[in-house]
Amino acid sequence: MIPAAFEYYAPATVEEALQLLRELGPEAKLLAGGHSLLPMMKLRLSTPKALVDIGRIPDLRYIREEGNTLAIGATTTHWMIESSEVVRNRVPLLAEAAGRIGDVQVRNMGTIGGSLAHADPAADYPAAILALEAEIVAQGPRGKRSIPAAEFFKGLFTTALEPDELLVEVRIPVPVEKSGAAYLKFPHPASGFAVVGCAALLTLDGGRCQKARVAFTGVTEKAFRDRAVEDALTGKAPDEKTIASASQKAAEGVEPLSDIFASAEYRKHLAKVFARRALMAAASRAH
Amino acid sequence: MAVTRVFGARIKRREDPRLITGTATYTDDIVIPGMCYTVIVRSPYAHARIKRIDVERARKHPGVVAAFTGKDLEGKVNPIPCAWLIPGSDLKTPPHPALAVDRVRYVGEGVAVVVATSRHAAADAASLVEVEVEPLPAVVNQEKAMQPGAPQIHDGVPNNVAFHWKVSSGDVGRAFQEADVVIRQRMVNHRLIPNAMEPRSCVAAYNRGSGDLTIWMTSQNPHIHRVLLSGILGIPEHRLRIIAPEVGGGFGSKIPCYADEAVVAFCAMQTGHPVKWGEDRRENYLATAHGRDHIVDLEVAAKKDGTITAIRGTCYANLGAYLSTAAPGVPTILHGLMMCGPYTIPNIDYEVYGIFTNTTPVDAYRGAGRPEATYYVERLVDMVARKLNMDPVEVRRKNFIPKDKFPYTVATGITYDSGDYEASLETLLRIIDYPNFRKEQEKAWKEGRYLGIGFSTYVEICGLGPSQVAGAVGFQGALWESALVRVHPTGKVTVLTGASPHGQGEETTFAQIVSEELGIPIEDIEVLHGDTEMIPMGWGTYGSRTTAVGGAALFVACRRIVEKGKKLAAHLLEASEQDILFEGGRFFVKGAPDRAKTIQEVALQAYLAWNLPAGFEPALEATAFYDPPNFTYPFGAHACIVEVDPETGTVKIRRYVAVDDCGRVVNPLIVDGQVHGGLAQGIGQALYEYAYYDDFGQLLTGSMSDYAVPKASQLPPFETARTETPSPHHPLGLKGVGETGTIASTPAVANAVVDALQPLGIHHIDIPLTPPRVLAAIRQAQGR
Ligand SMILES: Cc1cc2nc3c(=O)[nH]c(=O)nc-3n(C[C@H](O)[C@H](O)[C@H](O)COP(=O)(O)OP(=O)(O)OC[C@H]3O[C@@H](n4cnc5c(N)ncnc54)[C@H](O)[C@@H]3O)c2cc1C
Repeated sequence: MIPAAFEYYAPATVEEALQLLRELGPEAKLLAGGHSLLPMMKLRLSTPKALVDIGRIPDLRYIREEGNTLAIGATTTHWMIESSEVVRNRVPLLAEAAGRIGDVQVRNMGTIGGSLAHADPAADYPAAILALEAEIVAQGPRGKRSIPAAEFFKGLFTTALEPDELLVEVRIPVPVEKSGAAYLKFPHPASGFAVVGCAALLTLDGGRCQKARVAFTGVTEKAFRDRAVEDALTGKAPDEKTIASASQKAAEGVEPLSDIFASAEYRKHLAKVFARRALMAAASRAH
Repeated sequence: MAVTRVFGARIKRREDPRLITGTATYTDDIVIPGMCYTVIVRSPYAHARIKRIDVERARKHPGVVAAFTGKDLEGKVNPIPCAWLIPGSDLKTPPHPALAVDRVRYVGEGVAVVVATSRHAAADAASLVEVEVEPLPAVVNQEKAMQPGAPQIHDGVPNNVAFHWKVSSGDVGRAFQEADVVIRQRMVNHRLIPNAMEPRSCVAAYNRGSGDLTIWMTSQNPHIHRVLLSGILGIPEHRLRIIAPEVGGGFGSKIPCYADEAVVAFCAMQTGHPVKWGEDRRENYLATAHGRDHIVDLEVAAKKDGTITAIRGTCYANLGAYLSTAAPGVPTILHGLMMCGPYTIPNIDYEVYGIFTNTTPVDAYRGAGRPEATYYVERLVDMVARKLNMDPVEVRRKNFIPKDKFPYTVATGITYDSGDYEASLETLLRIIDYPNFRKEQEKAWKEGRYLGIGFSTYVEICGLGPSQVAGAVGFQGALWESALVRVHPTGKVTVLTGASPHGQGEETTFAQIVSEELGIPIEDIEVLHGDTEMIPMGWGTYGSRTTAVGGAALFVACRRIVEKGKKLAAHLLEASEQDILFEGGRFFVKGAPDRAKTIQEVALQAYLAWNLPAGFEPALEATAFYDPPNFTYPFGAHACIVEVDPETGTVKIRRYVAVDDCGRVVNPLIVDGQVHGGLAQGIGQALYEYAYYDDFGQLLTGSMSDYAVPKASQLPPFETARTETPSPHHPLGLKGVGETGTIASTPAVANAVVDALQPLGIHHIDIPLTPPRVLAAIRQAQGR
């Protein structure tokens, strides 16, 4: 459990970090909370020549309300998000997902930017980020760009970020009134990561689902929105029966992951169960 | 002067402040000037012929002092021995080289070692060792390993069968013929990883001038390690000192004599540098012995009224690639002999095949053989109850050995010392309010909720054990224990124990025993252990023997102190020895309690020696070597209440109640702690933990993110209670409690889950009862 030797840089600004990335090239890696990267380095599954520690850039750690958008800096920790009054009031789904990550020690170190950039197929945030239709802001040599959540996750541990880009901010549209959301997770008994995690967000209009958003993590190589479930709910009253039948459509046509703990079939089954439970919880909270 | 009574008191563990504030010294904390670090290079192949191992690049790496392969050790480091040679079983003991020479037999087997001036340099250099092999087909499953055509792991061990052992008595054939019901069931008791909090580590320092070798190591039994390492390294016993500093748990995994410590000592001897080695958690999972791993075909015969008349079984025990130190004894003596449980089952036929496979060696893990036996017997009892439509509690009562029949010799030939199984069961039923629970269950079932209760009434063989018996069953050592009690001139006491506690709390309980026996305040008593240079020969800590055997030795030594003290007190008080009584730390004259000397006063006089009776040796110190006349047999009754989520297969434990009887209790707080820890591990086996190898011999549960050691949040609150049936042969009536939790709890959980799923007609699900596995059983029962 001893990593290979590496150089360490601690830039004070985003610009400096980008400059370092340019100079050091592809052998350098960004370090945020280190709670995904360092374990891999200790196993020598990852052997970067240099680490650029963005955890010491003060300007990247914030939670701001900007009108109807919540802006969260990349190195904001899971714990800050979980415990933030603003997040809990305005985007409770995100606080709920953050609170289900690992344990307190992990949440005190891990960052939202690191989690999203790492794109672990069993991470918790991605489901919430997709259901919330967040935007991910990347900054690179060519300036800043905004990536919709739906286009961000590309596959196993891969995202739309370029190697010379930094994820700087996550922007979340605050859900309108009369919406309710829930994140439910079946944690792996050993790692605590999601075997299946389901984020559900319902927006009601006159007792009917004006909009339903359901996203999964853990089920397949990358987190995804489940349109079939969403479509089966749109325009309908979210009662038990409707939710149950919509949930039956969950994870159809996807290729679930399989491991020694949970087979693909089990994951698919859990997705349906957790869709129903998350939707029921979301519906009960929508008012 | 009243001395506060400390025996039986809930005293907080005195060792804890240093353990929980980071001020204790573990092996890895030891730093010696000039010390080097080693990394053992391990085979990534489960089975392969070694063609070439090249350490040249590693040797040239900056900071590297030396690098060795198995060839360098030949003739200098003897093979690693097995120390439990069970007789009458045609046991094969193929050689186990400290570093593989021409063949590797499991992933994790050492093939080379690198010594460097820093940990980092050693790790970097280890990755430069080139190992070229010709892979061979591997076999990880013991049944497959026995099949004709299976890969042959050792020369001279046909079909990989290391031994075949059998216990039988009575007329089993007839019992089955005459049975009203017969149940056959195959059960699996899967492989576990012990997961001591502190991984193994050692530091070896060799003095070339004197020829003295000192090894600090994570050991449960330093004296056994000294004998074995002396033989492996060719260092005379008096030149070899083994020190077990603070040891962070073992659960059996620090009993064996591994190759690694011998390799590290060899490095120290060759280089002249003190050398440190420590495994990380991944290495621990591969290189430290595993536990359990049986496949068993079982049959039980019973009468209509629930009387169990016979058990028959064939057990296939996976031993891994080599015979670990105690491996052959675990699935036989410690397992097969316990197949009667607490019941009067008169006919037994049980055979065990020990089988080599291309996996990490298997040895004792908390309970060692007894959890497996309890699991099979308690599952079978529940199956009989189900088949006969009887209450599982009734079937247990029906078959219990009655309390007036002790000492009782069971069909397997061992004699239980004492027991009152009814009493512990009745206590349990009261606590759980059993009749009410069954009503609640009926109601839950009607609502489509799956609520269940599981019982486990167990007995275990502890306090290992009489040395004659140890010898008769092939244990290559003895099992008595030593204690030295030294009362200093000021009346303070140092205790040296040959048992080697490593987290169980004997620094507290042993002080309580001494305080009780000598009337000396507990603050004035210190308990030391774990250094072969300082401690009289002893056999270590395992098999719930430390208090049961070491505590008895301590009692005897204390009595010797009192006897000696009486002589001196009589002299000082000018009374006859027969008239001296000892109580509460005072020697006094019968009928004249004011004519007294405190033990502290007597101690001072014993050392000053100005005025001693004729023939009286100075000083106040006594040593005892205690060989117990029998094992002790703790027992108890546990119940687990679960609810199964039929949609996900998740088992939630709603209540866990443990009623244990470990004889008299020295410290209830520590006994509770031992029970809690044991329950966590036993429930862990039932619900979470399993070591899993793929067909290529790769351990797929190779880290804590794959292997689920239960966290506090995954366990219920534990309710504990006790009955007290003293051991008749132990001078303090003690029995031992280190393993009860693990032994009892796994079947309680399994029985509860099957009970909950009764409405679906499910009769058995193999542990571990993971959600996917439980759901699969539910769906199969529902015909989906
Ligand atoms: C014991 C344990 C349990 C855990 N359990 C869970 C769990 O239940 N659920 C869960 O979701 N996660 C879990 N995690 C992962 C944890 O949430 C990590 O903190 C997170 O995945 C990564 O965030 P980080 O800040 O630590 O990133 P780091 O480890 O520092 O970096 C991760 C990767 O992202 C890159 N990166 C980091 N920041 C940026 C950025 N701003 N822009 C571009 N690239 C960047 C790094 O170069 C690296 O490749 C667990 C981790 C541990 C150690």
